[in-house]
Amino acid sequence: MEIDPFIFRFSIFILSIFVGYYVVWSVTPSLHTPLMSVTNAISSVIIVGAIIAALASNSDKIFETSSIFGFLAIILAAVNIFGGFLVTQRMLQMYKKKKK
Amino acid sequence: MSSNLSATFYLISGILFILALRGLSSPETSRQGNYFGIAGMAIAIIVTFLSVGNFSYGFIYVLIFLVIGGSIGAFIAFKIPMTAMPELVAGFHSLVGLAAVFVAISAFLNPEAFNLGSIGNIKLASLIEMSLGAAIGAITFSGSIIAFLKLRGIMSGAPITFKGQHFINLFIGLTIIFLIYYLCRTQSSNIFWTIVTISFLVGVLLIIPIGGADMPVVISMLNSYSGWAAAGIGFTLENTALIITGALVGSSGAILSYIMCKGMNRSFFNVILGGWGATDQASSAKGKEQKPTKSGNADDAAFLMKNASSVIIVPGYGMAVAQAQHALREMVDALKKNGVKVSYAIHPVAGRMPGHMNVLLAEANVPYDEVFELEEINNDFANCDVAYVIGANDVTNPVAKSDPQSPIYGMPVLDVEKSKSVLFVKRSLSPGYAGIDNDLFYRDNTLMLFADAKKMTEEIVKSL
Repeated sequence: MEIDPFIFRFSIFILSIFVGYYVVWSVTPSLHTPLMSVTNAISSVIIVGAIIAALASNSDKIFETSSIFGFLAIILAAVNIFGGFLVTQRMLQMYKKKKK
Repeated sequence: MSSNLSATFYLISGILFILALRGLSSPETSRQGNYFGIAGMAIAIIVTFLSVGNFSYGFIYVLIFLVIGGSIGAFIAFKIPMTAMPELVAGFHSLVGLAAVFVAISAFLNPEAFNLGSIGNIKLASLIEMSLGAAIGAITFSGSIIAFLKLRGIMSGAPITFKGQHFINLFIGLTIIFLIYYLCRTQSSNIFWTIVTISFLVGVLLIIPIGGADMPVVISMLNSYSGWAAAGIGFTLENTALIITGALVGSSGAILSYIMCKGMNRSFFNVILGGWGATDQASSAKGKEQKPTKSGNADDAAFLMKNASSVIIVPGYGMAVAQAQHALREMVDALKKNGVKVSYAIHPVAGRMPGHMNVLLAEANVPYDEVFELEEINNDFANCDVAYVIGANDVTNPVAKSDPQSPIYGMPVLDVEKSKSVLFVKRSLSPGYAGIDNDLFYRDNTLMLFADAKKMTEEIVKSL
């Protein structure tokens, strides 16, 4: 019997949870705030879905109900992507070692 | 672009996201890690454009909206003061949540675009995935909005509780599950909209009973939810990058919540089910009899610290509120000139989000190798001359070690009282967020400095 592709995706999901578990435990506590802002930024990869939704109008009209939701989601995700990565960068720039 | 090729690229961007988190294991590698993250995101977006392959007018609009959102984001990122990071992160979580809801709605309205079947005949698995994604996204959105309002001070940080609250939440939760089941059978759009609406309500109900001091847990928890919402949408879209990212973010938030709960010695459910303070009123009222304290001024503090050989600084949320981090650094510089050894001790739940104090100290140019976590530094208090507690309270309360009746009993605390003398900067003797009196105020070796954290620190700098 053929394996449902869902099982493969589910395997990726479960394995990623384990990867996340070990990677996040190794994050130093002093960088927990940048960790939150960067996870925030990367979870905005949901923009992928938003782009598909926005470009998927099957008529000649660019703006129909489903694509409007896509465009709105693009704005929200874009705020997050740029805001998240840049604020993380700004924070990380401040972490300095003692000058000898 | 063929779907196999694009799937491979999505995997690569997923791996880059893992490396981005891996980089945060030390400040040296963290900046490089952030670039990996940015690269991963760029790959995901470009690959999506190529695989949709629709470069008509719509594409231009996509770019315009991307630039609009991006500029707003960049503007916020450069303008936001570091003390406002908790609100910012809560605000950003709400956007991820809402974006997840919008993508799910869009997929429900136009399933052909995502290869999910047709309207009224959407694949069963996809329907479950998208309604879960939408529900969790909606909870993340409204929950984060409440957290934002509480952190911003627009809404009171006090827990809002009413009778039967938990019963209502449970009932609504079960209703959502039932509605998803019903949606799968009928494909009715009304039920889909009902699920989304109810989920917005759940987010509000879930966060209002949680008090201000538990915000570190709430933010971490919402971080986790935003990840699970993304993963739900990732399953719907059959997109590896989204599934990997969702799982990473989900487990990251869950671990942070766990660390925060452990820092307060409370179970996760205890935090979720309602605020501190509400149940502790009786015990705080009982301890209201006046006990003698010693109080001093900036000159006393300056004298004590100047003649010490080692000083440990214990910052807390009060330092963030007073924006005292820069003044504090000046004070430390002056002390170092006098040959005093200075280090910083940070409690896991100091501040309003994980790592909040570390960022503020980094902003004030404090080198990160002078900043220590609770376990690393707690033994050093016994050999230290002066502990300077600025804006922290409950995390120094020795009652947590001695009084099994206390609500914070068992919580790991900084052993501040073991140092030869304690300088406690605080505006008044009022109890902290846990609503309990701090035994430390009445110790012989404690000198209370009643003032605003920033003003007092500046005055000490002057007299040094």
